[in-house]
Amino acid sequence: MTEKNKIKVLITKIGLDGHDRGAKLVAHALRASGMEVIYLGHRQTVDAVVNHAIQDDIDYLGISFLAGDHLHVVPKLMKSLAEKGAADHIKVIIGGIILKSHIPDLLALGVHRVFLPGTPLAEIEKFIKQDYGTNHLR
Amino acid sequence: MDKLTQAMQQWQESILDKQLQHAPELSDHFTTESGIPVKRLYTPADLAATDYVTDIGFPGAYPYTRGVYPTMYRGRHWTMRIYAGFGSAEDTNQRFRYLLDQGMRGLSIAFDLPTQLGYDSDDPLAEGSIGRVGVAVDSLADMEVIFKGIPLDQVSTSMTINGPATILLAMYIAIGEQQGVPANKLTGTTQNDILKEFIARGTYIFPPEPSMKLVMDIVEYCFRQVPKWNTLSITGYHIREAGADAVQELAFTIADAIAYIDAALARGLDVDDFASRLSYSLGCHRDLFEEVAKFRAARRLFARVMKERFQAKNPQSYLFRTFSGSCGSTLVSQQPLNNTVRIAMHTLMGILGGHQAIHTASWDEGHALPTEDSSRLALRTQQILAHEAGLCNTIDPLAGSYYVESLTSEIEKRAAEYLEKIDRLGGMAQAIASGYISEEIQAASIRLQESIDSGDKVIVGLNRYVEEEADLMEEKFFALDPELEHRQRERLASLRSRRNNSEVQIALTELATAIDADQNLMPILIKTVKTYATIGEICAVMRAKWGEHQASRYF
Repeated sequence: MTEKNKIKVLITKIGLDGHDRGAKLVAHALRASGMEVIYLGHRQTVDAVVNHAIQDDIDYLGISFLAGDHLHVVPKLMKSLAEKGAADHIKVIIGGIILKSHIPDLLALGVHRVFLPGTPLAEIEKFIKQDYGTNHLR
Repeated sequence: MDKLTQAMQQWQESILDKQLQHAPELSDHFTTESGIPVKRLYTPADLAATDYVTDIGFPGAYPYTRGVYPTMYRGRHWTMRIYAGFGSAEDTNQRFRYLLDQGMRGLSIAFDLPTQLGYDSDDPLAEGSIGRVGVAVDSLADMEVIFKGIPLDQVSTSMTINGPATILLAMYIAIGEQQGVPANKLTGTTQNDILKEFIARGTYIFPPEPSMKLVMDIVEYCFRQVPKWNTLSITGYHIREAGADAVQELAFTIADAIAYIDAALARGLDVDDFASRLSYSLGCHRDLFEEVAKFRAARRLFARVMKERFQAKNPQSYLFRTFSGSCGSTLVSQQPLNNTVRIAMHTLMGILGGHQAIHTASWDEGHALPTEDSSRLALRTQQILAHEAGLCNTIDPLAGSYYVESLTSEIEKRAAEYLEKIDRLGGMAQAIASGYISEEIQAASIRLQESIDSGDKVIVGLNRYVEEEADLMEEKFFALDPELEHRQRERLASLRSRRNNSEVQIALTELATAIDADQNLMPILIKTVKTYATIGEICAVMRAKWGEHQASRYF
């Protein structure tokens, strides 16, 4: 992997839900912390997001769910990433209204990390920076 | 006032300063939730510029600060609405009948996202979302089931529907006809507020111009045919939930109202023809006094706008009639039972704020749709406050509070400044299109989040009094029947084979022609829904003519 200056993050919402307050806050906080953030807005499809993530050489893909459809969308997302050979280098982070009891299922699907409601923005930033450091500086 | 100033100065020097010397206050700056500075003490001096008769006045009289009706809750309690709708039409019908049996007075329907976005349940884009955040409606057949055994001349129905509001209203009118209830007897509300979808909620379908046309088709048609219908519920609730503060919520709601009124005037209607059928919805957030002041300021500012800007003559046009709802974003998923207290506070704000209808959230809504038990508790919360707490004996009981009156004036002033700014930008449609409104909301959203993250704003269970291993009570949450999607698709397939498809096609073709001719689409939509044409089919015709609006990438 080539050395890059900035961590590249893509934030978006997949599906029909329009509640984007959280996604926009996360996008803002990560950009303010020095990451390169692309925000695709809401109502995206799995294919569009995966294509974008690959084209833009994204490190982290952050998807926000507030309408209860995450267990439906995430398997399709992970499958698409795998089919396009991107599952190894694009890490998927999920946030939003997600039951704690769903976390094991999401992790088993290959999701890198799940952030539940009430997570301070700094915690998300810290996680990504540490995670990126662990994977890129050894 | 001299006597007061003198006495206050004396109090400060001889009593207050000594206290502050050995016991400083908890903070050196107190503010409302929205950041308005709050003084230590309010006195009559703060109301020096307020004239009781012209600024506060009497309930049911201009400027309506104290309430829109002369007797308020002494005459009639607010309408208790519990927003409900999930799964299939049968599930929702059952929940409505249960809540009506429990004393609920008005229905409030939640539709699932495919319905709100004009997709049928068998559309690939609907997968995973069917019946999830509301009831799935594909055609009139589903609406027939939702209202089975519910006489439309005895309930009022509020529908949270925007992009396809014309279609759902057409269905409701058709159900009325089936039940023998003529359109002029129907009561209820279509939210139909597309501007706040562009600003905040994101559930739009078409670009702004045709979207506005559809909104106005309802306003115009109902003025002539469904006179008791509230054609619009101009909604600040979602603007607040998107991160706006109280002042922005109020200002942008009234700015939206101004845009709709301008559009209706452009159709040749007189302001007094339709303004009395506009209704409003605001959120009940965290800060009790700020929220009550916001509701009072809203009534006064709106009445002034209607009188001074639009020269309305009919007093009914001045009324800022409101439906208030618990702001879901104030609910906390950690220690979820704490939410019952927050919801009781929302209800209190709604009552002290003088709303015409109140929705209370359920304690489990931070995470899931409410169960039957949790929605009953939400309804009981309203009933307890209505009957047990002495809140309804007198009108606008916080009036005259030096603090609440000052805050009411301050919020009105700040909101009016926003309205001036929006006028300078060329009106609300322009202000939205330019990104100004989104930027303002995002800035407020960031401010609030930072104050929560820093612990400056204390949220119990979230950033203080945290219990790491506390029970999230997830096993008590509502879980959707996994077979539902499949059943809804089968139901739709069966409908498609049962109905007269050539009749459907003829109606859809007529709809396309009516769109080309720029007619009011309500009559043809009523005809079309009666053929059991689906929402997806109808919206496909509109999408082909108008295209779709693309989501903003601003953050």
